[in-house]
Amino acid sequence: MKLQEIATTLDLTVRAAPDKLDMEVTGGYASDLLSCVLAKAQKGNLWVTLQAHPNIVAVATLLELAGVVVTEGRELDPSTVKKANEKGLPIFTTSHATFTIVGELAKLGVAGVD
Amino acid sequence: MDKDVKKEVTKLQELTYELKVEHAMTREVITVTPQATMAEFREILRTHRISGTPVLEDGQLVGIVSIEDLIKALANGEIGAAVGEKMTLGVKTLYTDEPLVHAVGKFARFGCGRFPVVNRHKELVGIVTQGDIMRAVLRELEIDYREEEIHRYRASHIFEDIVADETALVFGYRVMGKDFSTAGEASSSLKTTLSRLGIAPPVIRRVAIATYEAEINIVLYTDGGEIVAEVRPEQIHIEAIDGGPGIPDIEQAMQPGFSTAPEWVREMGFGAGMGLNNIQACADVMKLESAVGVGTHLDIIIYLDEKGRA
Repeated sequence: MKLQEIATTLDLTVRAAPDKLDMEVTGGYASDLLSCVLAKAQKGNLWVTLQAHPNIVAVATLLELAGVVVTEGRELDPSTVKKANEKGLPIFTTSHATFTIVGELAKLGVAGVD
Repeated sequence: MDKDVKKEVTKLQELTYELKVEHAMTREVITVTPQATMAEFREILRTHRISGTPVLEDGQLVGIVSIEDLIKALANGEIGAAVGEKMTLGVKTLYTDEPLVHAVGKFARFGCGRFPVVNRHKELVGIVTQGDIMRAVLRELEIDYREEEIHRYRASHIFEDIVADETALVFGYRVMGKDFSTAGEASSSLKTTLSRLGIAPPVIRRVAIATYEAEINIVLYTDGGEIVAEVRPEQIHIEAIDGGPGIPDIEQAMQPGFSTAPEWVREMGFGAGMGLNNIQACADVMKLESAVGVGTHLDIIIYLDEKGRA
């Protein structure tokens, strides 16, 4: 499933790299601990997190993730958006909680990676 | 990959400044004289499959006539009228040496389909449409793309090209302490470099994760340090070196979940006590030495077998 379909279905707000939404999502991972993400998330995964600081861009691009969903209406640091645009990493925001988003993703057939 | 994306966007803008109108224009310009009839003009359009031409009199540009003028003439039953009566006067032109970005601006501003191109002596030397501009930029992008491919090819064959008993490439990166805005740049740069060298993606992933964790440790806990990566045909050796404060109990530090990170660092999702474990999981050999008040020296070795190189 492509990022664009997921963003539309879950009504996510695109905050960075809107031109990169034709990426195929290979699975999902949810955590707020960066080391766990580094250890577990796989290339092409969609990462759901509460973290909104610029280092999520470093982690996501290092792992070549498809994108990041920042939950619970957390406002992104301006530098997060700037970095993500530079690196071409799509970032979405939503007012829903992580659990809700993960549940919706599972319904769409986006699977976990462990 | 990530760097390429950035390049594409700015590259496109850069190209419209770099390329001149003469790079995009068509040099063989079909023209008509003001004395030609609209019927003759129609034949010219049909024969050459174009939608408009400049009007020249004694080599001077006096107007421009398009398919729209022809349609109007047809509607008014004036197909026999002279082009000179039906053409648009006061033609906007572009100079050969103007950057393409000017042309793009003029197309947007005047909404016309083509601009005659003149040299600085006001002589007509070409004509340019929006399609011509697009093609010129794409052509240039393709050349750039090929150069990047050659670049990659050369880098990935460097070990074969170098004649020596032993070969090692060393890349050094400085890491600023307490600076979260640049955290991750050393590992990101190293990742790009390794990918150019043709190292296999699974190996790059292990190097990138291990280096990122080491880099974050330097950022979080020290006043700065350096990361040095030594790439040999058989292995990648990464050293992360800092000037303190040092780790009092390495065995304890290696316990999964053990962390001395302050609360605000944990809130950012760092300091989960998993960094060193992640490094260990990625490394074939990991050696951690530290002296309180002196600093920490972390060695990571990741082996490259036949499959590790592209």
